[in-house]
Amino acid sequence: MAIRTEELLLNVGPQHPSTHGVFRVIVKLDGEVIKEAIPVMGYLHRGTEKLAENLNYTQIIPYTDRLDYVSAMTNNYVLVNTVEKMMQLEIPEKAQFLRLIVMELQRVASHLVWWGTYLLDIGAMSPFLYAFRDREMIINFFNELCGARLTYNYMRVGGVKWDAPEGWIQKIREFVPYMKSKLEEYHTLVSGNEIFLARIKGVGKYDAETAINYGLSGANLRCTGIDYDVRKKDPYCIYDRFEFDVPTHTGGDCYARYLIRMEEISQSLRILEQALEQYPEEGETMGKVPRVLRVPEGELYSSIESPRGEIGCYIISKGKDKPYRLKFKRPSFVNLQILPKLLVGETMTNLITILGGIDIVVGEVDA
Amino acid sequence: MADLLRNEMTLGNFTIFLLLAVVMLLLVLGFVTYAIYFERKVIGWMQLRIGPNRTGPLGLLQSVADVLKLLLKEDTIPAKADRTLFILAPVITFVPSFAVLVAIPYTNWGYFANMNVGVLYYAALSSISTIGVVLGGWASNNKYALLGGMRSAAQMISYEIPLVISMTGIIMVSGTMNIRDIVLNQDGGFWHWNFIPQIIGFVVFIIAAVSELNRTPFDLPEAESELVAGYHVEYSGFRFAFFMLAEYVYVFAIAALTTAMFLGGWHSPLPFLDFVPGIVWFLLKFSSVVFFLFWLRATMPRVRVDQLMGFGWKVLLPLSLVNIFVSALYIELFLR
Amino acid sequence: MSEDNKNQTGTPKPEEVGRGEEAKAQAEGLPRVEEPTSESRPVEENATPAVQVPAPQADQPPVTVNEDESKEAKAKAAAEARAARAAAREAAKKAAEGGDAGGADAPPKAPSPKQPVLDHFVHVLKENLGDAAVLEAWINEKDDHLPCVLLEAGLIAKAAELLNGHPELKLTYLRNLAGSDMESHMEVIYHILRLEDMQEYCIKVKTDRNAPTVPSVTPIWNAADWNEREVYDLLGIDFPGHPNLTRIMMPDDWVGHPLRKDYEPLDPEV
Repeated sequence: MAIRTEELLLNVGPQHPSTHGVFRVIVKLDGEVIKEAIPVMGYLHRGTEKLAENLNYTQIIPYTDRLDYVSAMTNNYVLVNTVEKMMQLEIPEKAQFLRLIVMELQRVASHLVWWGTYLLDIGAMSPFLYAFRDREMIINFFNELCGARLTYNYMRVGGVKWDAPEGWIQKIREFVPYMKSKLEEYHTLVSGNEIFLARIKGVGKYDAETAINYGLSGANLRCTGIDYDVRKKDPYCIYDRFEFDVPTHTGGDCYARYLIRMEEISQSLRILEQALEQYPEEGETMGKVPRVLRVPEGELYSSIESPRGEIGCYIISKGKDKPYRLKFKRPSFVNLQILPKLLVGETMTNLITILGGIDIVVGEVDA
Repeated sequence: MADLLRNEMTLGNFTIFLLLAVVMLLLVLGFVTYAIYFERKVIGWMQLRIGPNRTGPLGLLQSVADVLKLLLKEDTIPAKADRTLFILAPVITFVPSFAVLVAIPYTNWGYFANMNVGVLYYAALSSISTIGVVLGGWASNNKYALLGGMRSAAQMISYEIPLVISMTGIIMVSGTMNIRDIVLNQDGGFWHWNFIPQIIGFVVFIIAAVSELNRTPFDLPEAESELVAGYHVEYSGFRFAFFMLAEYVYVFAIAALTTAMFLGGWHSPLPFLDFVPGIVWFLLKFSSVVFFLFWLRATMPRVRVDQLMGFGWKVLLPLSLVNIFVSALYIELFLR
Repeated sequence: MSEDNKNQTGTPKPEEVGRGEEAKAQAEGLPRVEEPTSESRPVEENATPAVQVPAPQADQPPVTVNEDESKEAKAKAAAEARAARAAAREAAKKAAEGGDAGGADAPPKAPSPKQPVLDHFVHVLKENLGDAAVLEAWINEKDDHLPCVLLEAGLIAKAAELLNGHPELKLTYLRNLAGSDMESHMEVIYHILRLEDMQEYCIKVKTDRNAPTVPSVTPIWNAADWNEREVYDLLGIDFPGHPNLTRIMMPDDWVGHPLRKDYEPLDPEV
């Protein structure tokens, strides 16, 4: 007599400790094995693109902060960069340096959040606290710089809003070697741990063709061996002046993504070192910008490398001070498309591991 | 204690036994309260923060506050849950945890029962708690709870076997299942303690014990980030407290058992330190085992379900069998 | 609308912009005849000139000038600006119809370095999909001389297949898919990339506003999957051929498409 089994329909989220925000996956389970996974999103949709049609460009900048709230500086920059390209403005040196320093610090902070929460999902409680201790230092730097800990509203079209306060640069110069030593510690604590490696290796594997077809970007694409980093391939800001490597790996699994992101932290620290050395003490923080920002008619798509992948901003302008259509190409949104494909045949536990490895922020998925 | 046990059961003796049991229960409850407090403190220190330090001086009344909160909470039973089983599950989990404490000797004169089958009694009763866990998962009428309950049943059954087999090595070497006699055989210095000749058994025992306790790295049934508390997700208030209580009383029981069987019980590590009372040595060894369990929780990530089962059956079980073989060889070569 | 992508007035230098922008603003502060916007905020548009006017008056002769004279001067400047813009638009249109970025009558411009790339691209498309496939082709200078092509809407899926599998073009990476409501029609814009040398192309398709439909490219580039769902959800463009065209951001039972210009929100205060 055969055993009668039923498929179990399980709802993971929207309230769940590990879905990184309000995100829901409807999972059809057969025992512990996933037969089908259907992601449902839109719980955090705030209509940013529609709202932007009624706001002038400077007013949209705080909205960009809230897209990928873990990495707000890069969001600010993508909008400001697009507008500047369309208006063909000159940005002063000091502003460029400040932007670069701030964006690389943001990358370190974002990857620390990812690391801490990923390990928390896997079950280790302590790395979360260590990561946040270090991130707290970075957030305090940002607090001194622009008054906010998470949503900075720091960049403006033509430059940055605030100049670095007294001693700020010196503090960051002291932070970089400290963070390097901490990164060593983290590798010692986690990267060799047997249980951790057993959980991560071979999980969520895909090849380069699939990655390209799904339009993945960031560490998700580089884990298959494709060397695509917007900072190198299509340099923006002053990235072409600094030496840094783009880590890639050919594993294609969660372990590869883990290694790449850890290495990215150390490369960011390398860029920071060089930038701090060349930092111009004197200079303007804002270029010559008209009082009312009217972007000439036309359209432009520009993208930068955020910690999650390639974030892009596409503006159609009709010559007014408000965009006619503003579209954000959000990396988490695009990267998440591969989730249903990866989950078929996996266990429930691996759902959390894979979802954490893709590194999404739901604010960005929903915009 | 021994002479009390030898006398016949009069009303007076019965009352004395009852009172002693109540005292033991209070001691164990006190241990549980402060074990929770110390766990939070120790894990906090390992994570570069201070644990609780507000309620009471140095936060010592934190657990008291927690227990009070749990007592005062609303007692919810989900609408479609199986009421009888729902109410029965925590009880079935807790009672064996307290009942096994009778088999363990604490000092030379401090033991509750001198059973000839002490180890067997312990192993048998501790398995009953698994039924409670499964019942709790089923009776909650919740998919997450059911998954947690199933996982837990699989885990506890798989790790019961290496646990018991690793203890068999000691039984063979000591020649008795009476835990008090096993401790008495470890007299002398620390080189007589069982963990040195039975090192394989010791390692297997510790790993299996952590798994039996459902603690990290084997805390799948309560995997917070996956199943949102697993089998006790629907329990609130005092019923939830029962599950937690059962877990910590088992911590007490396993730590006491480890101390008694592998670490020499109440004997001092060096013969000339005999003047220090046995209870002090027992408590020191016991505390170090408990600290080790807290340390593991702060440091290790969680093992995945299939890897857990693979590890239990394919690594620990063969190792424990190897241990038996080696013990038999040892007996044949050295003790005959 | 897409013809106006080109630079009409040349690169404005930052110092000059202030003055020129002012004149334009003045002109637009007057009753608007040109761009009918369906935005519900006319108040703000009219407010902008009021903000600007006081600003860079520092170097102009202050209050001593007669009010009427200054008004006349401003009106003249406004008229000149309008004429200049109209003329530029004419020139641009002519240049566009020529299909060449470096039109002879238009303000003298060097041919774009990416012109041969664009020509080759158009050639490949026309060769395989017919001459009527490519409606327009131009270079978007500001966007690093991006070759842009306006394709016949019904052929986009075939074009995608062609480009994805083309041994030389190898356009396998879909970078961005956006939809836009252009009031007279709807547009879908695709940015595709060749990873080997980072050559990007932009393909646009136009579709009718009343029953917008564009064949789905999801079977070819999976990256388009949720992007098309988002465009469907927010703009109402249908994508036949999509495996699962359902709402993604709005709740499943929502009525209406929020990103459209004529969308009436449930709560008008918002």
